[in-house]
Amino acid sequence: MSIEVRNVTKSFGSFRAVNDVSITVPTGELVALLGPSGSGKTSLLRIIAGLELPDGGQVFFEGEDATVRDARDRGVGFVFQHYALFRHMTVFENVAFGLRVRPRATRPREAEIRAKVMELLKLVQLDWLADRFPAALSGGQRQRVALARALAVEPRVLLLDEPFGSLDAKVRQELRRWLRRLHDEIRVTSVFVTHDQEEALEVSDRVVVMNQGRVEQIGTPQEVFDHPATAFVMNFLGHVNIFHGRVEGGKALLGPLAVDYPEHPHEQALPAAGYARPHELEVARSADVEGGLWATVRHVHTAGATVKLELADEDGNILQVDVTRQQHDEVRPQAGERLYVRPRTLRVFVEPRSGS
Amino acid sequence: MPETAPTARRITRIRYARQDPAWVRWGLTLAAVAVVGLLIVVPVVHVFAGALSDGLGAYWKNLFADPDTRHSILLTLTVVPLALVANIVFGLAAAWAIARFRFPGRTVLTALIDLPFSVSPVVAGLMFVLIFGLQGYLGPLLQRHGVKILFATPGLILATAFVTFPFVARELIPVMEAIGEEEEIAAVSLGASGWQMFRRVTVPNIKWGLAYGIILCNARAMGEFGAVYVVSGHIAGQTDTMPLRVEKLFQEYNLPGSFAVASLLTLLAILTLVVKAGLERRVPSERPHVD
Repeated sequence: MSIEVRNVTKSFGSFRAVNDVSITVPTGELVALLGPSGSGKTSLLRIIAGLELPDGGQVFFEGEDATVRDARDRGVGFVFQHYALFRHMTVFENVAFGLRVRPRATRPREAEIRAKVMELLKLVQLDWLADRFPAALSGGQRQRVALARALAVEPRVLLLDEPFGSLDAKVRQELRRWLRRLHDEIRVTSVFVTHDQEEALEVSDRVVVMNQGRVEQIGTPQEVFDHPATAFVMNFLGHVNIFHGRVEGGKALLGPLAVDYPEHPHEQALPAAGYARPHELEVARSADVEGGLWATVRHVHTAGATVKLELADEDGNILQVDVTRQQHDEVRPQAGERLYVRPRTLRVFVEPRSGS
Repeated sequence: MPETAPTARRITRIRYARQDPAWVRWGLTLAAVAVVGLLIVVPVVHVFAGALSDGLGAYWKNLFADPDTRHSILLTLTVVPLALVANIVFGLAAAWAIARFRFPGRTVLTALIDLPFSVSPVVAGLMFVLIFGLQGYLGPLLQRHGVKILFATPGLILATAFVTFPFVARELIPVMEAIGEEEEIAAVSLGASGWQMFRRVTVPNIKWGLAYGIILCNARAMGEFGAVYVVSGHIAGQTDTMPLRVEKLFQEYNLPGSFAVASLLTLLAILTLVVKAGLERRVPSERPHVD
């Protein structure tokens, strides 16, 4: 089932949590709402779930207005950040809950409930824990029970609030790959909230990047990573090196760097900054190619798949450069040396007038 | 072998650092035992000794032969459960409102719940006289319609409920706050109705706190004297509850009778404590931080 959110606004007191947000989630997609805390992503998810009423705007399920429809009638499966398992029920009863509370007319028979619950527990690979209580489960297991419980009501939409937020790093990675495979299997329209860009980029079909209650960019993981629409997206999706400066007359003048910027042909200068990721910078011993700057090597970290260099330019600004082992072996940078650093690509964003 | 000597000495020194001298420990223990013995054990034993001083037969007769005493026992067993039911309903509603919602006047409500604890029961009784008495606000109206509240069972229930009003709510608010509302929201998102959520998720989660509150409330309700004294009019065979009966028998120099009723009240109190202790042993971890 497709979801459409149209011009939704929500405030808590004087705080604008969601500010005129519109997004569309096509049927069967897995979409990530990505943003820092306070960006409104969880509020938006709760509005979609019907746990929160928007102050303005509408929510459509399959083209039908569901804005004021009660949470229990939306056919939504919700997975909570802290699992919210019923602590006094076994794993089995937790998963069976959604079936047992159905009105008598549509409630399955006991044997059907049993079969369905066991099938779901097998799907999340926890059928051997059916008789345990939540307190006896690990975080990852609890999260999978929560997922099975949400799936038991055959939701048309699955919503997950920071599903891996309270797990440790390794379990988190395993579980998110598992979620991706599960989604490929069951293909239920899903939206999950996360503040972890790696998670969003790895798991989702599409990413909605949010900041201060607004949508910054919507796109596939590849699109948002390679073509960030705003400085915020660029900054949020990974490490960046920032070169401050200005744009004027079709040029961006960013400290020692100068690149073409045809978007602003006017004479009037605007403050701007150039962004380059650590792997988009390259180092050399000589300034053979134009468009770089000289910097002094401070540290060389060779442990890892890529070699991380930390350099300081003439003004003392720190630059981070990731090079492959092969490049490292060619240049062999040493701490204290001066090297020529050149961005292969530099994305220029005019800074908002309010200044940040 | 030479290694052991310094280790042993170190352990002794640590023990000295952590423990008070023997005379302090023994002094404090003896003082505590003496106070508990003098103020609690001796009087309780004395109540039973006084009640049974003329033998079991006389004890039985003192309790059940006197129709007024019999009535007082029956009355207490009527008033207390009704006051309890009222307080359970109120306590659940108040705890729910305070733990789950933010509304103007929430802090005032929280403070008001404690009021019966701080107001003297006699004053509480007088407040009911002021409202329902013939010279009170509602008295004449009630009399015209033939409704009797003061000097009758409804008044006793009202006064008892007022005095024991905070127990259930006080016990439930921290439990409900500690448990949080996530499970309840999860239940609703899974399609449960409000009542299903309450019965299948809320009640099982708060049941021990609720049971604890009911026990405390029950203990206090049975022994209530001051407020009940004022609203009852002290009519033997009609509005005398057990505590009032104890006092009346005592005033009439019927010491064995007075002690007999007192011992029954004490027994009920001890029974309550046993149930409470049993509950606490059964659920040490499920009640995260109550009180």
